[in-house]
Amino acid sequence: MPLLSVRDAGRRIPDRWLWRDLSFEVAEGERVSVSGPSGSGKSLLLRAMVGLDDLDEGAIAVDGRDLAEWDLPELRMRVRYLPQVPAFAEGTVREALAAPLSFGAARPPADGWIEQRLATLGRGEAFLDARTETLSGGERQIAALLRAMQTGPYVLLLDEATASLDPDATEAAEALISEWLDEDGSRAVVWTSHSRDQRTRVTDRTVDLGDYARLGAEAGEVEA
Amino acid sequence: MRRGVFPTTANPMGAIEIGYGQLALGALLLLVNIGLSVALRLGLARDLLVGTVRMTVQLLLIGLVLDWVFATENPAVIVAIAVLMAGLAGRAAVQRTSRRYPGILWNSLVIILGASFLVTGISVLGVIRVDPWYDPQYLIPLHGMLLGNALNGISLGLDRFMEGCAKDRDLIETRLVLGATRWEAAQPIVKEALRTGMIPIINTMMIMGLVSLPGMMTGQILAGADPAQAVQYQILITFMIASCVALATGGVIALAYRALFSPRHQLRTERLRDA
Repeated sequence: MPLLSVRDAGRRIPDRWLWRDLSFEVAEGERVSVSGPSGSGKSLLLRAMVGLDDLDEGAIAVDGRDLAEWDLPELRMRVRYLPQVPAFAEGTVREALAAPLSFGAARPPADGWIEQRLATLGRGEAFLDARTETLSGGERQIAALLRAMQTGPYVLLLDEATASLDPDATEAAEALISEWLDEDGSRAVVWTSHSRDQRTRVTDRTVDLGDYARLGAEAGEVEA
Repeated sequence: MRRGVFPTTANPMGAIEIGYGQLALGALLLLVNIGLSVALRLGLARDLLVGTVRMTVQLLLIGLVLDWVFATENPAVIVAIAVLMAGLAGRAAVQRTSRRYPGILWNSLVIILGASFLVTGISVLGVIRVDPWYDPQYLIPLHGMLLGNALNGISLGLDRFMEGCAKDRDLIETRLVLGATRWEAAQPIVKEALRTGMIPIINTMMIMGLVSLPGMMTGQILAGADPAQAVQYQILITFMIASCVALATGGVIALAYRALFSPRHQLRTERLRDA
């Protein structure tokens, strides 16, 4: 059974369909990228996969269960969406990591999990005591990745996760994600990325939203 | 003072009765505001004029209406007036907000009606024990004071809640994607909005009697009432106002929360429109 499946999905904006009849699956261990020009609805697809937005038609299933049947906080513990620009409440990285652990659906990470990750990244405890508003873009993305990974999701949906980062920070983020994938063969990643280089580097196959775009006239015809 | 032009008389309670001549004299005090606005080009002269005229006409009209209402002994008419007042207050509360969502007017109306009638009812029936319960001398002014304050709490609380949802959208959605329920995600903003709605009445209570003499109490004393009685009424009314504001602010934020957070734990900021 695939971890995640998208069936005949469609999403429209007032004058046209962004994509329609979109179907694909993500299996354990897979690294899938979603491509398409900006404005093609890549973010909307990832958001729909965790139920932040609804589809206009079609369905998405996780572990063979339709999203409509899931308790969404529970689902979002398993499938985790990361926006391009992470948001933090005021405070330190440590506080940012601790805050989501108070949610009813959350399970805390194993002891020493974060320290271990920081060691691989070549960072010390000082990183945890830094205030999030003083971090660089790359550091914020690292903090957001740690926050997303710590409660043990098994699918990460990365929305242009490295688009605003410099090459060093991009490399660090990619390394962190690869390591997370290698740890457990049942995990999977879905990336959206503008960069063809990155897509070939970090993913196995690409779903091109351009193939599923529908023009206004056609949409109107189908609607009627 | 030219007594011939502005004759003063005493009412049965011993207070001096004022007439339109005295009102006109009093209006001269506004020359200070107009002078300031003109001198510093604040651009407030027109609003000031409109505000002055509106206030005067509205109050004179309500005086006439109250004369008529006090004369009727029909509970249906008195309750209808109270409902109308609540309706106007509910609408005014929404008009003061800078964002709207579909159904906001109904939310405000339902809550202000519920909160004000509940608190007025408890006070008139249970605390003051007015007989008959619909005696407009008690019901209408009490109700009006509650509405004025509830209106304030509703508009401040709603405005803060909607602003929080719009401005902190990224932060709220971050909580949602990290597995928060809609309530866990909304809680910080709900608390902030409740505080914003309730702070004015708390601040007022802090300084009441020290810095400010409340209008109702001052009015009663001017009209010749025993100051000790006026004070006790003021204290009772302040309790009523505080509870009504809490009910109204809490109620309306609860409804706004249900409008902007779906049962599927989604934030629906697309339902918000700028006013």
